[in-house]
Amino acid sequence: MNPDVVLEARGLTRRFTGVLALSGVDFRLRAGEVHALMGQNGAGKSTLIKVLTGVYPADAGELRLAGKAIHPTSPAAAQRLGISTVYQEVNLCPNLSVAENIFAGRYPRKGAAGLWRIDWARMQTDARALLARLNLDIDVTRLLASYPVAVQQMVAIARALNSQTSVEAKVLILDEPTSSLDEQEVERLFAVLRQLRDDGMAILFVTHFFEQMYAISDRITVLRNGELVGEYLKADLPPAALITAMVGRELSAAAGRNDSAAAAAGEVLLQARGLGRRGQLNPVDVDLRRGEVVGVGGLLGSGRTELARLLFGLDRSDSGELSVAGERVRFDNPASAIRHGLGMCPEERKHDGIVAELSVRENIALALQARLGVWNCLTPARQKEIADRFVKSLGIKTADIDTPIALLSGGNQQKVVLARWLATEPQLLILDEPTRGIDVAAKQEIMNEILALARGGLAVLFISSEMDEVVRVSDRIVVMRDRSKVGELPGNSSEQAVYHLIAAGA
Amino acid sequence: MKGLLHHRLFWPFATLVLLLAVNAIFNPGFWHLQWRDGHLYGSVIDILNRAAPLALVALGMTLVIATRGIDISVGAVVAIAAAVAALMIGGELVVKDGVQTHVSRFPMSLAITTALLVAAGCGLWNGLLVAKVGMQPIIATLILMVAGRGIAQLMTGGQIITVYYAPFFFLGNGFLLGLPFAVFIAAAVWGALHLLMTRTALGLFIQAIGINPAAARLAGLQERLITICVYTFCGFAAGVAGLVVSSNVKSADGNNAGMLMELDAILAVTLGGTLLTGGRFSLAGSVLGALIIQTLTSTIYSIGVPPEINMVVKAAVVFVVMLMQSAEFRAAVRGWVVRPAAGAAGAAR
Amino acid sequence: MTAAVRLDSRYVPLIGTIAVFLLTAGYGSVAYTSFFSAQVFLNLLIDNAFLCIVGVGMTFVILSGGIDLSVGSVIALTTMVSAALVEHHHWSAWLAIPLVLAIGTAFGALMGWLIQRFRLQPFIVTLAGMFLARGLCYLISIDSISITDATYTAISQARIALWSGGASITVGALIALATIAIGIWLAHTTEFGRTVYAIGGNEASALLMGLPVARTTVLVYTFSGFCSALAGVVFTFYMLSGYGLHAVGLELDAIAAVVIGGTLLSGGVGYVAGTLFGVLILGIIQTLIAFDGSLSSWWTRIVIGALLFVFCLLQRGFESRR
Repeated sequence: MNPDVVLEARGLTRRFTGVLALSGVDFRLRAGEVHALMGQNGAGKSTLIKVLTGVYPADAGELRLAGKAIHPTSPAAAQRLGISTVYQEVNLCPNLSVAENIFAGRYPRKGAAGLWRIDWARMQTDARALLARLNLDIDVTRLLASYPVAVQQMVAIARALNSQTSVEAKVLILDEPTSSLDEQEVERLFAVLRQLRDDGMAILFVTHFFEQMYAISDRITVLRNGELVGEYLKADLPPAALITAMVGRELSAAAGRNDSAAAAAGEVLLQARGLGRRGQLNPVDVDLRRGEVVGVGGLLGSGRTELARLLFGLDRSDSGELSVAGERVRFDNPASAIRHGLGMCPEERKHDGIVAELSVRENIALALQARLGVWNCLTPARQKEIADRFVKSLGIKTADIDTPIALLSGGNQQKVVLARWLATEPQLLILDEPTRGIDVAAKQEIMNEILALARGGLAVLFISSEMDEVVRVSDRIVVMRDRSKVGELPGNSSEQAVYHLIAAGA
Repeated sequence: MKGLLHHRLFWPFATLVLLLAVNAIFNPGFWHLQWRDGHLYGSVIDILNRAAPLALVALGMTLVIATRGIDISVGAVVAIAAAVAALMIGGELVVKDGVQTHVSRFPMSLAITTALLVAAGCGLWNGLLVAKVGMQPIIATLILMVAGRGIAQLMTGGQIITVYYAPFFFLGNGFLLGLPFAVFIAAAVWGALHLLMTRTALGLFIQAIGINPAAARLAGLQERLITICVYTFCGFAAGVAGLVVSSNVKSADGNNAGMLMELDAILAVTLGGTLLTGGRFSLAGSVLGALIIQTLTSTIYSIGVPPEINMVVKAAVVFVVMLMQSAEFRAAVRGWVVRPAAGAAGAAR
Repeated sequence: MTAAVRLDSRYVPLIGTIAVFLLTAGYGSVAYTSFFSAQVFLNLLIDNAFLCIVGVGMTFVILSGGIDLSVGSVIALTTMVSAALVEHHHWSAWLAIPLVLAIGTAFGALMGWLIQRFRLQPFIVTLAGMFLARGLCYLISIDSISITDATYTAISQARIALWSGGASITVGALIALATIAIGIWLAHTTEFGRTVYAIGGNEASALLMGLPVARTTVLVYTFSGFCSALAGVVFTFYMLSGYGLHAVGLELDAIAAVVIGGTLLSGGVGYVAGTLFGVLILGIIQTLIAFDGSLSSWWTRIVIGALLFVFCLLQRGFESRR
């Protein structure tokens, strides 16, 4: 038994009603190391995490912490053993104060007779001390909800650290912690992680951002289809090899590159002049043309989604005007935008996109039916026809079109949402983070589809946090910073150029 | 067979059949139907007649629950509608041209229309609070439940207002083709609603709104408008029920009319398989639920058990149905069943 | 300046409640000369002691994001069992009271267990509980049972003088005040109370944070059951009878008091102290209408409904601004 290894899993297997999510996975986490877990959607990453943290029991295999076999039965039990987890959605209570979130369940008490009484003063002092370790100095008595996500995540880490003070084995698991953070905040987080690693913490880091993973990790484990592909030192696994390991085949790096020469943009479809909303977006001018992919580049909080929401009528604008094909319009709700030929794939797929218990067929037909109205009803046969068409053209993997959409993987759900809008035959499609949380292969498919649609005459507004995607696919890039548009760049600009423009806008 | 077992209406239907069977065992004359005074007569007819108002309210409630809402003001609306109708009709016996005829304060059709409009108005109020103001349904309808009862009492002055107008009694007491007229009213509303849900996109829209209101709005559904309509219809249905009830007892009681009806209606909807969390719904299930509740009441009478036990039995039924609808419970039961088998297999090894 | 405003934001609903209380009390004092007397205010507490107690339990339930519709029925059941034991079976009051408290607590625990173990909706479980409790009442007796037992009548008539001015308070009101104090203490200094807030804020997070969500959920309804039983005991002192029709609709008054007291129905935000003010406001309205004399008592329901409406509107406005 390697003395370095803190957490070891052997032969872990987990089944969910017929689906083998994990199959005989071996895994080793060492002290003083940041270990990345990589794999596509459905590879088994989150299942592995859930087994390690006690959310599910393993059907087979064993788990050892510092040499001793363990069987965590709940996240609380795992925490007591020394395994702490920080999730992408900060899983804390927004209605409690920062100090309370850190100490919930482990309150400092006071008074011998008052064994029950919580010592608030001590809680606040200790909380401040813990956050100081993470270089964070904030008012710990304020509600968690009053802070941005990045700060909330630090609080979550502080909570994780706090739970390990009295335990020998220390494992910190971070599951997609950077999805809602901007570059600065990611750097701050990484500084903290490096510090913890140097202090001897064993850190498991799950992300799908390649660059970040390479920046912070020492070792990489790759899963594919629930099986272990291999464990590698970072230096031994360059990006191309990593993709091959994850996907099982080589992906053409050139796929998806936009050849702007072929872009013959048509007439202006949607024109926004001074469109803004107080507190959310400063007045913006933007033109969207037929057959053109307009990318929106910017950091978190720059106002990209806010712009999309205003264009689509989800939010009401305070200033400015919109015109469709030269005619002034006002979108008070999505329905009116849809009537003018717009469509939008939202950022939060689960929250705003899919209608969980409805079938794939019904989900695809929904927007079209909404536009047709209540009386003009699509028959089930007609719905099936439309659904089958898109299942085929977008490569949606589903057992049946009557399967509830909740059972599909993230990537396929996204394809269904895309199909929903394509079924309405829109003139302009707004895509907000269409590839978030989707595996590499599906990402490529969706990107290719977007390009094909644009070639076919569709106007596309493409928002993504992954700048390389924006740069690769756009004919023109609108650059945003701090809720304002700072400029536009041609489609063949480099990522550097975009970031440069963002920085220059300061 | 498995498909049948998993059919949404299987359990409600089985429950109803079971209850009817129990009834028949304890009450030999239960299924006995007679033709008397130009109509059918029997226990089964009674059940159908008494279940009609509840079925009406349950139908309205089904759609509201499907949109993830709830309407606990229906009892108050029933009382209000009954009060409006009773006040407007009133009725007295006068001698006209030497013949005794009933005369109402206002034309009956006007009274009925007004009562229905007021009821729909109550529903509209609820819908606006939920959809426009964004209040939680339970609290929004709680307001009308509290205030509405007071309004009904104010209208009737706390008294029971008797109606002396024979034509009005037809709603609740009349017969058509041998069956109670109230049953036809309920059936008509059910039929119209069913057509509306299946032949138009309304069924799909309501389900989508109930499952994910944000996604529904983004997909272009006018979810506020639909929500308002659903609550308005719920109020309207309660109004129809109120008319049937007051016609049946020939009076309007501001204090007690519709009391606890919201609870029975919610129970009926839940029994029928529609989940309180919204989404997929079943109109037939809710009608079955109303029949189950009414049959339950009759069964209790026929067994000879004191009628007070009605509430205890209702509670037990609710518990059983709830547990069956709970995935955790079914899994736990499976666990109890599987473990002994595994134990036996283990012992055998 | 911003920090001060931010800190206050979670107290805004409570401040609003207290403001309404002061307004209505002020109006009453100005409009009616005999209104502004200590006894009138104490009577608010005396006449609504049981509502106060039930309100405390209901506050915890609503804070956790749930609801308890059975409270009125458990009160009725408590009165019925007490009356039956004391009148028909000649039990001593000091044996009967602990027993009914135990029954109410067990009742709440059962509901809480069903809600937690099988993930059932609190609304429907407590609805069934409401049916069950009232049904059990009727099983014991359809008619009301008057209580003539000496202990009960003594406690019922007892008046504890507060100061030499002559203002006095009942045992029930004292119990209510004690319950409020215990409620505040539980909510702010115990793990149980903080877990309740956490569950109301985000149950999934609370689970992942390792908080004892399951245990706390059951305890919340157990506590509510206890409060209902305790309120039932106080109600028994107040009415000196056991009857199946006691406290019909009381759960709605309790919910109204909690909401008017500033607790959000969605859970996670609110204070027990607010519920006290909510109860007092309801009491004042009733008193004002009685004082007026020209308005029939139906107006109480209408005014409470209107007040509830205004508060909910305000809560909505508050929530959307956050």
